[in-house]
Amino acid sequence: MSSESHIVTAVEGGEAPGQPMVKAEQVWKSFGKLDVLKGVDLEVMPQQTYVLLGPSGGGKSTLLRCINHLEKINAGRLWVGGELMGYRQKGDALHEMKARDVAKQRSHVGMVFQRFNLFPHMTAIENVMEAPIRVQHVPRKQADAEAEEILRRVGLGEKLDTYPGQLSGGQQQRVAIARALAMKPKLMLFDEPTSALDPELVGEVLDVMKQLARDGMTMVVVTHEMGFAKEVADGVALIDGGVIVENGPPGEVLVDPKEERTKLFLSKVLA
Amino acid sequence: MGSANQTDLGVAAAGVGPPAPASARPEAIKAIPIRRWGRWLSAAIITYIFAALLYSFIKNSNVEWPTVWEYMFKPLTLRGLLLTMELTIISMVIGAAGGVLLAVMRLADNFVLSGVAWVYIWFFRGTPVYVQIILWANLGVFYPKLIAGLPFTGIVFGSTDSGTLVAHIIVPAILALGLNEAAYGAELVRSGIISVEAGQSEAALSLGMSPTLTMRRVVLPQAMRVIIPTFGNETISMLKTTSLIAAIGGLEMFGRLQQVWSQTFQIIPLIVVACIWYLFLTSVLTFGQGYLEAYFGKGFGEKEAEAAERRADKRAARARHV
Repeated sequence: MSSESHIVTAVEGGEAPGQPMVKAEQVWKSFGKLDVLKGVDLEVMPQQTYVLLGPSGGGKSTLLRCINHLEKINAGRLWVGGELMGYRQKGDALHEMKARDVAKQRSHVGMVFQRFNLFPHMTAIENVMEAPIRVQHVPRKQADAEAEEILRRVGLGEKLDTYPGQLSGGQQQRVAIARALAMKPKLMLFDEPTSALDPELVGEVLDVMKQLARDGMTMVVVTHEMGFAKEVADGVALIDGGVIVENGPPGEVLVDPKEERTKLFLSKVLA
Repeated sequence: MGSANQTDLGVAAAGVGPPAPASARPEAIKAIPIRRWGRWLSAAIITYIFAALLYSFIKNSNVEWPTVWEYMFKPLTLRGLLLTMELTIISMVIGAAGGVLLAVMRLADNFVLSGVAWVYIWFFRGTPVYVQIILWANLGVFYPKLIAGLPFTGIVFGSTDSGTLVAHIIVPAILALGLNEAAYGAELVRSGIISVEAGQSEAALSLGMSPTLTMRRVVLPQAMRVIIPTFGNETISMLKTTSLIAAIGGLEMFGRLQQVWSQTFQIIPLIVVACIWYLFLTSVLTFGQGYLEAYFGKGFGEKEAEAAERRADKRAARARHV
């Protein structure tokens, strides 16, 4: 994919310049007795690509799911684009948001899943059109044209009317990315987007993600693809045991890590 | 590359001759099949027994075939048949709508809603439908007056005599069959809903779809794929269950025929009439179910590649027109 062919154009920055797109402050998340996140602080600036690394069970995916409020955090604060996710602050009290308002917040945050999660009863283009039509009330004709355009940009112009069941894993994941982009999100979350793919299909998905990063999309990516992290990440965070062990530009964290746990993890991944 | 590999493998396996060109398919193996004597013998024996049974049934003078044909298309039978079908359809509509409602209630976070749904299912699934039919028919004895108003306040908007209401047999019939079916429908819909992967709801929610929209557009259509075969089964079962209405004097097909034979004692021929009609209707329902399954199997079947091609052609045609 050539660098001229943008997938998204004119990605707007944060509402206020200099304000982080994602801000996590002492985020705690527990499932029953198990603390999965134990006080995570993270800041992702607009147009940055942030890669979350770490051993499985360390809390990376949970953090991602907390960012779009698929999981409710137990303590701390989490903002996206300056807005508190899932809650409204009135004075000292936090009020839970109504489902409709949470949905509105989520509509600005795209998410791509490890297992694609395409709607199997809809064709590729129907998958992409669904949310713009039903949530943003875009006219069907316009949604159809826009969906076709996005699918072309991710290289699936020939597969518009195909059901997910007939697509390869790589193609399905590109439809899933297109589906998220159709909502014109200000932030994209990727949860191990290439982990369920056959090795020869990983490249086509990573290419789309790299192009997105170059186009200025703000992205938080959980992945084990070290090449991707080195090439496009602006920041890398190593999460283990529910905390951010080390955090910084890839040139530092991946090349010259300071923490023992980072070194240990990298030695296992790169071996 | 793939086809070249296949050829290589094919040659290696055959181990003879020069490599065939990649496009030519080798001649299929011609082998003498195993002779399955046991299979032939058992088939012959079963056919013999079955033929004997069929012959004895057709030739049985107690069946009185002329009587069967006479009652088969009598207005009395057909009118009963119409009521049988009406009862089936109305009860299944109530059952389906009530089932979806109860299933969603059962899965709700609100414990009052899920508790009420649980109790409803517990009662209607836990008592025989025959008992429920008789209970509804005797509503007039149970609650002589039905009053619409605000309980505990004494405010009354209106009231009706329940005895006259249930005197129309169709009322207790539909109440009993429909409400009973809703309990089964609820469990059916619930099992369909929980069969849809959690990832589907998550994907829909992450796109900003509300929980209601997620249920309506993403979860239920996929649940239908699981629900339809069993729902078809339930409809077939309902068609037959309507015959219990005869117990409260309902004149659906079976009730009418029963009325006749209680006077003419032509019990066997009339039961044969009933069986033939029930078999005919359940066969029609079975075909209908096949169509519904194909519709809700969108995206899962073998035919999808063709469907995709057709859509692509349509799209191309549209593009040419613009």
